[in-house]
Amino acid sequence: MARLIRMDNTGHTTVAEWTSADPEAVEAAAAALRAELDAGYYAVVTQGEGRAEQVSELPADAELVILRRPIAGG
Amino acid sequence: MDRARLRMYARAWTATTVGHTIPLLAASALLLALSPLTFPVVAILLAHAWAIPELYANRGAKVVKPRRPAADGPERTALGLLGDLVGHEARELHARTGLVMERGALGTWLVGEAGALLVRPGGRRVHCWCVHPVSPPATRREPGLPSADRIAHLLLALREDETGFATVANHAFAGARWRVRRRLDARMRPALDAAARQRG
Repeated sequence: MARLIRMDNTGHTTVAEWTSADPEAVEAAAAALRAELDAGYYAVVTQGEGRAEQVSELPADAELVILRRPIAGG
Repeated sequence: MDRARLRMYARAWTATTVGHTIPLLAASALLLALSPLTFPVVAILLAHAWAIPELYANRGAKVVKPRRPAADGPERTALGLLGDLVGHEARELHARTGLVMERGALGTWLVGEAGALLVRPGGRRVHCWCVHPVSPPATRREPGLPSADRIAHLLLALREDETGFATVANHAFAGARWRVRRRLDARMRPALDAAARQRG
């Protein structure tokens, strides 16, 4: 089961879960991702140690998509 | 941010340190030559020559100073996610020092809760960066995040775009590793040593 999680004050919250074999779950997860992106979060897919890619649409084949906040200096 | 700009920052910090220190040392030598009775003034000048670079290094080391932790439950949850993002060596180092080590193209990074240290190749010079996650869409600090989550936010941002990370972050200090190490929390010093060995 793939997960979309948001890092927040609770540690993290699971926003959506899906399997690529379930189109309705994928669509629901994609909609949830869009809503989080609209709220200002960034979606990141880790690609092994030391690498990560920012995505703007749900990669249905990813195991884990993490929503992180923007960063700022100072 | 790129290697050339990092070198420029490093030279600028060296020039700043020299610019603050040399006039004080020269004035001390001159006063002593004129009259040994000026020793009390010379002592004050020498103290300033020592303290000013130390204050700058302290400003750099403070970027990785730990923040107040969240409640136990969220901290455990966040720590689990951070553990999944890093390898065994980095996980073990984080447990000991509170910093996560990450190799990058610019050097070896040590990511803390509200900043990061970049140990440049060769291990002699350290750049200190002040950066933190903010609440979207505003740019105010998010005080309620667990410690490990703060680090995970910065780590993911760093992995996505290292030069972008260094551009967004505020450059707080660049100087000799020994100078930053002395001002670091004792618990964190082994992380700086380990980062220097990566490129040493």
